[in-house]
Amino acid sequence: MRHLLSTRDLLREDAIGLLDIAEDMSEVQNREVKKLPTLRGKTVVNLFFEDSTRTRTSFEVAAKRLSADVINFSAKGSSVSKGESLKDTAQTLAAMGADGVVIRHSASGAPQVLAQSGWIDAGVVNAGDGTHEHPTQALLDAFTMRRRIHGDAARGRDLDGVSVMIVGDVLHSRVARSNLWLLETLGAHVTFVAPATLVPVGASTWPVDIRYDLDVALAEVRPDVVMMLRIQQERMNAAFFPTTREYARQWGLDDERLLALRPDSIVMHPGPMNRGLEISSRAADSAQSTVIEQVANGVSIRMAVLYSLLSGDREARS
Amino acid sequence: MTTTLISGATLPDGTTTDLVIADGVIAERGVGLSAPAGARVLDATGLVALPGLVDLHTHLREPGFEQSETVLSGTRAAAAGGFTAVFAMANTMPVSDTAGVVEQVQTLGDAAGYATVRPIGAVTVGLAGERLSEIGAMAKSRAAVRVFSDDGKCVHDSLLMRRALEYVKTFDGVVAQHAQDPRLTENAQMNEGALSSELGLKGWPAVAEESIIARDVLLAEHVGARLHICHLSTAGSVDVVRWAKARGIEVTAEVTPHHLLLTEELIRSYDARYKVNPPLRRDEDVRALREGLVDGTIDIVATDHAPHPEESKDCEWDHASFGMVGLESALSVVQAAMVDTGLFGWADVARVLSQTPAAIGRLNGHSHSFGVGSNANLAFVDPASSSTFSTDRLAGKSHNSPYLGMTLPGSVRHTFHRGYPTVLDGVVLDASEVAAAHVKAGVFRG
Repeated sequence: MRHLLSTRDLLREDAIGLLDIAEDMSEVQNREVKKLPTLRGKTVVNLFFEDSTRTRTSFEVAAKRLSADVINFSAKGSSVSKGESLKDTAQTLAAMGADGVVIRHSASGAPQVLAQSGWIDAGVVNAGDGTHEHPTQALLDAFTMRRRIHGDAARGRDLDGVSVMIVGDVLHSRVARSNLWLLETLGAHVTFVAPATLVPVGASTWPVDIRYDLDVALAEVRPDVVMMLRIQQERMNAAFFPTTREYARQWGLDDERLLALRPDSIVMHPGPMNRGLEISSRAADSAQSTVIEQVANGVSIRMAVLYSLLSGDREARS
Repeated sequence: MTTTLISGATLPDGTTTDLVIADGVIAERGVGLSAPAGARVLDATGLVALPGLVDLHTHLREPGFEQSETVLSGTRAAAAGGFTAVFAMANTMPVSDTAGVVEQVQTLGDAAGYATVRPIGAVTVGLAGERLSEIGAMAKSRAAVRVFSDDGKCVHDSLLMRRALEYVKTFDGVVAQHAQDPRLTENAQMNEGALSSELGLKGWPAVAEESIIARDVLLAEHVGARLHICHLSTAGSVDVVRWAKARGIEVTAEVTPHHLLLTEELIRSYDARYKVNPPLRRDEDVRALREGLVDGTIDIVATDHAPHPEESKDCEWDHASFGMVGLESALSVVQAAMVDTGLFGWADVARVLSQTPAAIGRLNGHSHSFGVGSNANLAFVDPASSSTFSTDRLAGKSHNSPYLGMTLPGSVRHTFHRGYPTVLDGVVLDASEVAAAHVKAGVFRG
């Protein structure tokens, strides 16, 4: 793999390959010495045009556990926020000898533009672009599901027949998109549940069932996985729904809905959570919740991605 | 002025003839004409002769945005594409909303000489959509403005649009509306649909265009005014205009070459050369636009030539500017979309790219008869050629063409503006030569 830009174009065997490498990386994390020498001498730049302490830290930990040198380049808030500067920034990083660039950007497609620009030869990892994709989040979610479902026998397995319900602001969610494409590739069945204002136009042509009523959907689908999406503060003022109270009542995973789940169903959230809005504290902290596992698995997945992109001679494989 | 004999050209109606051009007009027409003494002789065997093309929708960018284009460079691009007249949009800086600015644009066009430049006046002061600009002063100025447009922005206030339609009628002018509901398209990036949702680019719904057109044709009917709709881009817009024409409403409509050929699928690359306003639409929209052009619902093709410097396109999609250059490629694209598909003959091309836009814009002196004594505004195209479109074909300042690297049919071999050549054998002539020829041809008000 040269870059990781999306899950939509990820082949099934490549996806499973990444999940399997992440299993190996996960074992390393349980050792006393958590570090591998694999990427010694390589430089990974975290190029974040948008704030995200969690994702940046996760990539930073992952790169460091592989012994890479890590540079955090935060472009947020500086004059570096318009197009020309993506080019200038990329050329600057190229001149400094970056081997890998982990990019987070508010503009959809920015990682692809960077990867195909010729401005820099580094491997590019999309760490979230606009409302387009967030492939490492989808990979870590799939990894988490696979572990919960298959346990120690997870290696080599896909998610055939697993039923995943993604609830909330699908319209603005790159997590929902990346999850849909990857889960579809891995054989899972996906349902979106959201008010019609938060369902993307044209999503009816996607490989997904779309439902509006969460209670009916939960009762009928009986999903293996319920994934709650974060409601962004700014959506609340843009007439997507009348009030947060109404939203929480209709589409929040509250205590009652938690109890109505199958006992072996798992509850996921990409974080950060709005407790009491899209998810209740009891649901977030229940034994069914994988929120903390997702964070730990995120490091393993990002180690696997950086390892796949940057180990060995990149030029020879490009 | 040099006399020119052009032999063996095929006219739009399919007949073959020789033409002698002298003193700015077609001096002789017939088969087997002999060259007058000292005449330039051009063998036009296999070439189609078209009336000089007329673009009702060009952004020349001057004054104010000379890094993108100037009147001189933009009319060079026009000549390269076979155009002999262009209507220059008003979104300059300062905005073309006073007699002074439109007269300046007119003067710059006259000095360059590559094409007849007809300034378009802004409908509202500063394109702000709040109060009418001095439409009467622009109409009565030396530039004699007849087309008024806030293009780039929509005249979205219903009452103001009504007043504009009524007031412009006073001067035999026309309002050219950029149909785009601003609230439905806030920060919009591409056609709204499954693809915009997948790519995570904010959607630009077809209804934002169609609802404004529907309102405006009803306003035009109510006040009995002429209305022109810029760059139709959706199947629904074609339906609305078709309905309006059947009802007898005096509406004309244009489509751009790119909306006749390209679709939103190109945006998967996030290559900002495909970012344009209105956005590229679906395959079914392209088909509906072609049908509308065939059945006369859409009256003309206009380029919406929109030059931008490299840095405006060499960046993230969201940050890139809207627009494509189009003058140099228009005829090839229309040939690919309409002629080579069997939908159009060359007489239809002459109609939609010359005759009708001239009529809508009240452009005088651009004859389409090829008759003896008519003004010699002519373009000669080689329809049999085919080539990879490259920057060699671009004669303006900017290179933001979506066609670079594409194979397109046809090429403009010669262009004559008012009897003197601006392009010979596919080469745009020097600015000094063209300017001198224009001075010799004398002052003319199209």
